[in-house]
Amino acid sequence: MPLLKGGIIEDDSFLDLEDGASFPEGASVIVSWDRLRQDYALLAADTGRLGVRFPVDSDPATLTPFVSGLQVIALEFAAYTDGRAYSLARVIRTQLGFTGELRATGDVLADQVAFMRQVGFDAFEIRSDYQPLDIWQRTATAMSLTYQPDFVARQGFAPAEIFNKRRYAGS
Amino acid sequence: MYRYDNFDARFVSERTNQFRDQIARRLKGELSEEQFRPLRLMNGVYLQLHAYMLRIAIPYGTLSGAQMHKLADIADRFDRSYGHFTTRQNIQLNWMGLSNIPDILEELASVEMHAIQTSGNCIRNVTTDPYAGAIAGEAEDPRAVAELIRQWSSLHPEFSFLPRKFKVAITASEGDRAAIKVHDVGLQLCENDAGEAGVRVWVGGGLGRTPLIASVIRDWLPLGDLLGYLEALMRVYNRHGRRDNKYKARIKILLQALGLEELTRQVDAEFAKIDHIDPDNVRSELDRIRAFFAPPPLEESADEGTLQSDLAENQAFARWIQNNSVDHKVPGHTIVTISLKPIGGIPGDATSDQMHLIANLATLYSHDEIRTTHEQNIVLPHVRKADLHHLYKALADAGLGTANAGLASDIIACPGLDYCSLATARSIPVAQNISKRLEARENDVGPLKIKISGCINACGHHHVGHIGILGLDKAGKEYYQITLGGSGDENASIGEILGPGFSYDKIDGAVETLVDTYQSIRTGDERFLDTYRRVGADPFKEALYATA
Ligand code: SF4
Repeated sequence: MPLLKGGIIEDDSFLDLEDGASFPEGASVIVSWDRLRQDYALLAADTGRLGVRFPVDSDPATLTPFVSGLQVIALEFAAYTDGRAYSLARVIRTQLGFTGELRATGDVLADQVAFMRQVGFDAFEIRSDYQPLDIWQRTATAMSLTYQPDFVARQGFAPAEIFNKRRYAGS
Repeated sequence: MYRYDNFDARFVSERTNQFRDQIARRLKGELSEEQFRPLRLMNGVYLQLHAYMLRIAIPYGTLSGAQMHKLADIADRFDRSYGHFTTRQNIQLNWMGLSNIPDILEELASVEMHAIQTSGNCIRNVTTDPYAGAIAGEAEDPRAVAELIRQWSSLHPEFSFLPRKFKVAITASEGDRAAIKVHDVGLQLCENDAGEAGVRVWVGGGLGRTPLIASVIRDWLPLGDLLGYLEALMRVYNRHGRRDNKYKARIKILLQALGLEELTRQVDAEFAKIDHIDPDNVRSELDRIRAFFAPPPLEESADEGTLQSDLAENQAFARWIQNNSVDHKVPGHTIVTISLKPIGGIPGDATSDQMHLIANLATLYSHDEIRTTHEQNIVLPHVRKADLHHLYKALADAGLGTANAGLASDIIACPGLDYCSLATARSIPVAQNISKRLEARENDVGPLKIKISGCINACGHHHVGHIGILGLDKAGKEYYQITLGGSGDENASIGEILGPGFSYDKIDGAVETLVDTYQSIRTGDERFLDTYRRVGADPFKEALYATA
């Protein structure tokens, strides 16, 4: 599935691995949370880059021992109305200190990408029948300001923090 | 009153443009109704039985004259020249064309208003005491904290797709006129033993299918920690609140499932990990906002003008003063309630002419301030006693002089089957019938809160009515269930179902029987609620069902 990342749409360089499926040595793969826990040592040794599909009803603290070995954490929106992944992303970035790719999968819509970026997502799996790239760009940058302290994307476009601006720049 | 700075103004204007773009894409078919739905809801746009409805936010129920004029203009230009004030202190326009909405939002932005988060599964408009800043005995004006929360919760990236809507109410008084104990979160501003400003946090109250009174989750929290604490609490709810059944998705159900101790533990643990909100930043922002809520320059004065002789001469005026006014904290002034419950009228409706008049009177007599109340009335908070008679005459001439605040005909009713697509029964006509039936004796009956919902979702707050009425559907016929003994104040309680329901024709008569019963057994100056709490349901049951 195409991936929206860094403002462009690109092919996914990771292999989405089914449980039990084998992979060429040195490949970049994304595995299930179960498989990651079972085969972590093996996967860490044999893959090039490693990612995990982390279930949104799990406790993000359980990811802690794996964070340093992961390049991708993928969180699924089973429906765009299911907001759990927003909180998970926030925790993974701010409490687990994960700096790799945080990928939104599932029901990812253009009008929610701005919020997703603010909580820490930086890659978005998009169905090719969805809106063209210019709409994704427009919706992602529609709001140039945010009231919430420290809810800004770390790369690319980021809304300005109103409370900080008021306090430090004077308004 | 709070005024937007450049940031607030730009924020609302960008939000309007964003929604204009979304509507255009919807109309071109680039967004499905399914994808569009949460976007329109977050901007206050509902699809009702007959048309789109726009719910405009009136943050913590405070309006200036110019803002009220603008609402009236919008009702004239884009709707049917009236508006409906809601139990969340907002206003709804019921007959909207979707393509007009961006222009309306632009009009609203021109007077520093919006419709953000008046709907949807997000943090809704924060409500408060309509007497805020005017009544004696407050810890501080709660609207400053309410404004802080309005800003912090606006387009919160993490909390815009919650399991369900989330309602916050705040009060700074011991006497609770904001019903904080039936909200998802209730905040009570109070000082700790050392005299520091802070807040007590209640959680898990609510009405709907599972009515519950809130519990205290934090006895006291310094105000600098408020936003961090709310973030922690919202995160626990967002992660663990149920999403499989929308009737079990509010935080009160999570509280029930986990128990207060465990929920408290989880929220505290999360709060301990939040370090990105600098309490100094919160305090400094709060101080900035507080300056906007400095009390108006009221002159302490014993001069009441001709008030006493006017009262003696004009009985209707005297009754209005008795029922619709409360002492202001500054001597010589009064807090006035303008009833939007004319006898036999639609609770909470006002015509655009009436709205213009209220705006003018507020400018003349109330330091340009207007409040909306969760009881669906209007308050002018700062009126000189010497001006009361002029004010009354102007209101009465426009059909706004009903002297029934807090009485039997001051009924809360949800839109019900006349507008709402979820309704199982009518509620407005029931309110109209009861109000006509009880009007003549209501002064004798005294304080009585009657609240009516047109379905189990309980938007009419029937669970906290002294007399609550719930409209249901039984085999295609409306019937109405009665609850007694509910209250939304500092001694909050959930009403108890009395017995079998009544048909549409019989319900107003049944309510009258309850009132008869109360009058025959009350002692001294007991209110209806006090009598019920003293004697219980039996005498009322007997009166209602013995003859059946
Ligand atoms: S209580 Fe039911 S009928 Fe009344 S407004 Fe709410 S959803 Fe509609």
